[in-house]
Amino acid sequence: MREIAAALVTGAVKKITMEAGIRLEPDILDGLAQARERESSPLARNILDLLLVNADIADRERIPVCQDTGVAVVFIELGQDVHVNGDLGAAVQLGIQAGYQEGYLRKSVCDPITRVNTGTNTPAVIHIELVPGEQLKISVLPKGCGSENMSGLTMLAPSAGISGMKDFVVRQVVNAGPNPCPPLLVGVGMGGTFEKAALLAKKALLRPLGMPHPRPDVAALEEEILTRINDQGQGVQGLGGNNTALAVHIDLFPSHIASLPVAVNIQCHAHRHKEIVL
Amino acid sequence: MSRTRNTPAIMDQLREVQIPFAAGVVESLQAGDLISLTGTLFTGRDQTHRRMMALLDEGAGLPVDLAGQLLYYVGPSPARPGQAIGAAGPTTSYRMDVYTPRLLALGLMATMGKGSRSQTVREAMVRHKAVYLAAFGGAGALLSKCIVAAEVVAFADAGPEALFKFTVERFPAVVINDVHGRDYYEMVKTAKDLSR
Repeated sequence: MREIAAALVTGAVKKITMEAGIRLEPDILDGLAQARERESSPLARNILDLLLVNADIADRERIPVCQDTGVAVVFIELGQDVHVNGDLGAAVQLGIQAGYQEGYLRKSVCDPITRVNTGTNTPAVIHIELVPGEQLKISVLPKGCGSENMSGLTMLAPSAGISGMKDFVVRQVVNAGPNPCPPLLVGVGMGGTFEKAALLAKKALLRPLGMPHPRPDVAALEEEILTRINDQGQGVQGLGGNNTALAVHIDLFPSHIASLPVAVNIQCHAHRHKEIVL
Repeated sequence: MSRTRNTPAIMDQLREVQIPFAAGVVESLQAGDLISLTGTLFTGRDQTHRRMMALLDEGAGLPVDLAGQLLYYVGPSPARPGQAIGAAGPTTSYRMDVYTPRLLALGLMATMGKGSRSQTVREAMVRHKAVYLAAFGGAGALLSKCIVAAEVVAFADAGPEALFKFTVERFPAVVINDVHGRDYYEMVKTAKDLSR
């Protein structure tokens, strides 16, 4: 049994939270640069350049990439041979609070009824999964809600099949239009139950940008849906072009014989994420 | 292209516009125009609007006279020491649609955010000769460099949802809805349909 102090968790969460807010990871920077190279619209090429300059300014001057530094979504893979000395949940929340305060990140979390801001950007949404081993992996995904608001879930009949799933995903992106800051990353959860599909869609965002699903038939679906989305011509910021989305990531889970849940979690181009393994 | 240049090429292609607008300027803006704004504007987002509506419902005045002004939908991140403001890109505008016609009726001349406006807001813009601009979403760090001063005017306790006054220099934007009722997002969609 490996011992990890709760204070170590707090420090790690704080560190990656502060970094995630101001620095885009290489997969996103590469994705934007590649989109720029294949972009057909001169205006969209110019805007992609502007977004790359924005990322550079953010990194050098430690200004958030986007003012919406999100609600913090934290995925924890807790090795079953790890023992955290102290309260793991509280340690994560403390790290989020400190990261947002010391990183000059915006506090965007409020009571859903009174709409009064909690002032700390907590509580973070925490998902803990038990895994074999004696490591603790923490992923922080500060999720902006201009894109989150454009997400959706449907409970299809199995007869709707793959074509029903594809139509739902494309329609969700087209209906979102310019609202979620395209070019997008589109996370899709297919199968499972109501809540499992939503969680799969969110977790699909954590896969390195554009890395295909290991199952060839799923990877082919990702490619087909991406092409259909980009053929719609909405483009960067909804101002036209062939880069409405940078990638579609699908994750699967077996579903009930009566059921075909499909969830679409929309992510903006300012896709901030950071991982650490303790 | 480069990741190290401070000024993307698009910044040299913008028509410079002073705000608040001089007479006749709003009418001259065309859907699709790329412009840069220099002057002063006010900010507001969800709670800012709710509170302004509550004041109007009580018969009280707004904290600032919005007649002739530009209202920017933004909730900035906090400024580090030595900065005027933190990241300050646009938030999605449709959430303000329910409030906008009332402000346009009070003389608000322009709104700026990102994403489409409702049919009701579009009609109100034509009626009141107002425009809607889109700022570049997700470019909050770059846009913060175009904001040279920021002060809280009202609702300070709302944090990022306070009503700020910004002084801006060459702040880039795209005209989406002009006073003639045209919508640039719709024009993009139609152009795509026509090219098929």
